[in-house]
Amino acid sequence: MKRVSIDPITRIEGHLKIELDIDSDRVKSARSSGTLFRGLEEMLRGRDPRDAQRVTQRVCGVCPAAHAIASAQALDDAYGIRGEVPPNGRLERNLMLGGNFIHSHVLHFYHLSALDYLNPHDLEDLQLEDVKIRDLQSYLKSSDGAPFTPEYSGDYRLGNEISAALAGDYLDALEVRKKAHQMVSIFGGKMPHNMGTISGGATRRPDIDSITKFTSRLEEIKEFIEDRYLPGVIEVAKTYKDYFKIGKGVSNFLEYGGFYLKRFEGSHHNTSKGLEGGIAVEGESSVREVELDRITEAIEHSWYDAEARGHPTATRSVPAVDKEGGYSWVKAPRYKGKPHEVGPAARMKINYLKGNDLVERELGTAMEKAGIGIDQLNSVMGRHLCRAVECKCIVNMMEGWVEDLVPGDPSCARYEVPEEGKGVGLASAPRGTLGHWIKIENGQISNYQLVVPTTWNASPRDEQGTPGPMEQALMGEEIDDPDNPLEAARIVRSFDPCMACAVH
Amino acid sequence: MTNKSKVHPVIWLQGAACTGCAISLMNSPYPKLKNLLLDELVPGESLGLKFMATLMGGTGELALEVLERTKSEKKFVLVVDGAVPTGEEGRFCTVGKETFADQVVRLAQSALVVVNIGTCSSYGGIPSGHPNLTNCISVSDQLEQRGISTPTVNVPGCPPEPSWFVDTLARIIISGIPSGEDLDDVGRLKEVYGTLIHDSCPRRGDFTTGKYARNIGDEGCLVELGCKGPYTNSPCPDRGWHEGLNWPIKNNHPCMGCTEPGFPDLMSPFYEKFGMEESEEMYRRLK
Repeated sequence: MKRVSIDPITRIEGHLKIELDIDSDRVKSARSSGTLFRGLEEMLRGRDPRDAQRVTQRVCGVCPAAHAIASAQALDDAYGIRGEVPPNGRLERNLMLGGNFIHSHVLHFYHLSALDYLNPHDLEDLQLEDVKIRDLQSYLKSSDGAPFTPEYSGDYRLGNEISAALAGDYLDALEVRKKAHQMVSIFGGKMPHNMGTISGGATRRPDIDSITKFTSRLEEIKEFIEDRYLPGVIEVAKTYKDYFKIGKGVSNFLEYGGFYLKRFEGSHHNTSKGLEGGIAVEGESSVREVELDRITEAIEHSWYDAEARGHPTATRSVPAVDKEGGYSWVKAPRYKGKPHEVGPAARMKINYLKGNDLVERELGTAMEKAGIGIDQLNSVMGRHLCRAVECKCIVNMMEGWVEDLVPGDPSCARYEVPEEGKGVGLASAPRGTLGHWIKIENGQISNYQLVVPTTWNASPRDEQGTPGPMEQALMGEEIDDPDNPLEAARIVRSFDPCMACAVH
Repeated sequence: MTNKSKVHPVIWLQGAACTGCAISLMNSPYPKLKNLLLDELVPGESLGLKFMATLMGGTGELALEVLERTKSEKKFVLVVDGAVPTGEEGRFCTVGKETFADQVVRLAQSALVVVNIGTCSSYGGIPSGHPNLTNCISVSDQLEQRGISTPTVNVPGCPPEPSWFVDTLARIIISGIPSGEDLDDVGRLKEVYGTLIHDSCPRRGDFTTGKYARNIGDEGCLVELGCKGPYTNSPCPDRGWHEGLNWPIKNNHPCMGCTEPGFPDLMSPFYEKFGMEESEEMYRRLK
């Protein structure tokens, strides 16, 4: 038995350590450790509730728009104004979140993951017409190749031509994700950490200027996603077809759903959403409804004291650094006591099974091209594929949302801030499904809890000793060379871990 | 990059952070991130980004080896995002076998200069907000406590707009380490942070004539909605964000004072006007 510690896992958000016990080239046991704690939930206690939608964005610089929306919805709920958000406010929230999704997914495939498959050395001797790649080639030749190299040695199979195309797209994608952020900023003022999402709606009434600036960027992005990103993922996936079987993990999937299509209708479940929620279980063709009171967080192996155990309406997050058995700052969220995978794979699967027309069509086409079935989505390549498909679906919906904006109409409801209240805000976030729970007493936040996508995926073991989804995805997999655990890095990165989010 | 270009090695470390500063830098319009990685920053000079966890090829020990190699080879610029958690011997943040609190000191010791990107590394920022369970402090405070005298330059903002950082780095490369005269009393480059938001705010006229917004979305000066522009230095109004596309006050949202020491505690509640006490405290500082 050999113990391998991979720390830091780079090309993710934040601080993650992975420990593997490897026996006869296979992972016998895996441990996922979040290695940074900031304590933002404790920090929110006693503050003005309105500050939550600003502070909680600082949980994550990669997906702040998702936290902004979950937080604003938790406040809308606590203030009793969920049904009063005007159509413009709802649409602008969707558009900001959509822009954040595109930035995040494009960043993940190219700038965070591509170097797991693309070996920069494969570019060195290519004869190329493309000036852009020639720049990169000459840089690689005249320097030590940093920050692109050194890289793990292993099976890089793309070959020269696909590698060159992917490298070119890596550079172009830098501009695409930047434009996606610009779209968020048109209604959000700035990104990361927008100043546009607010309880009651959004701060800026749409006008002709914002609509034209948004539309033109969306067009450019759409072209890239349809012509390069989605086909590019399929190309890579075909070369690494075995990775549709590698890194499967758990067989339960969770999503609350997000992107409201109509005014709030009594409950999150009843409000029609661009991407729907539910619970899917491998092998079953029907999707069950999420019962929010069945969510709990376990902390047996997380560095928190006992108050952190339970449902997010009743817990605190007080650290316990010396806790015996603890090995992570991430808690272990469970639904009906079981670990669930969240993320684009879960979301696409749930929406496909629920008959979401757009997802059925796009995912169906993509699965056919990649030559896979619905049960292969929770795998290394399945996750990459679902992210690209989701991007295409969201862009498609965004076109409709921009069109529905009414220039000059209000974007924000007027309201009084109550002294007491409680609320929940649920959203789809790029890495999975997101929940914020707030309690307000005497005009102040008396408790605030977040259960974040990567908290689900990167969770440590629970009180039963059941490993989290990412840990399970690693277990049983082959590692060719323990000094170059490339396979493990590919599995971990396929979840797009966001550790500042997961711990907060 | 030409072969004659002088390369300035850069190491980027991350502590108690959200990665927003790295993501913001990726939004840089000109120079683009591609230019920063592959091309010259100014004629004859380019950056050599050796270590940055968010983007680098290497993983685990392979990545940390690059860090040690760069450190031992020659002088480098150390960029830090994130505050330094010092509580419980620094165990709230670890990288490899060491705490971030030790790592940042060890690297800063050999660095030419430390550039703190973001309010967290500059002043403590969000993770240092009350009750600050992890005892997060700024990089400068950590270095001072450990007796390290490497010069530091702050580029605050939550996050900073990319040009604030790029300009600061370019200034260092062109003119060397900024002197006391180049920096304001909280360690920022005056040529970048020299303007009070309130002084170049397009709504300044509304303030003068007493036209105040009472609700989000109203026209007028946002000071009654909690705007901290009168107490905050940054080039937001002049440069805007995302190639001048927008910025918070243009977007009808009050400034939160994110470039100032004391963000977030001193600046919150974000949607409440400062009382006399806070405003006197801020004016004392601004002098």
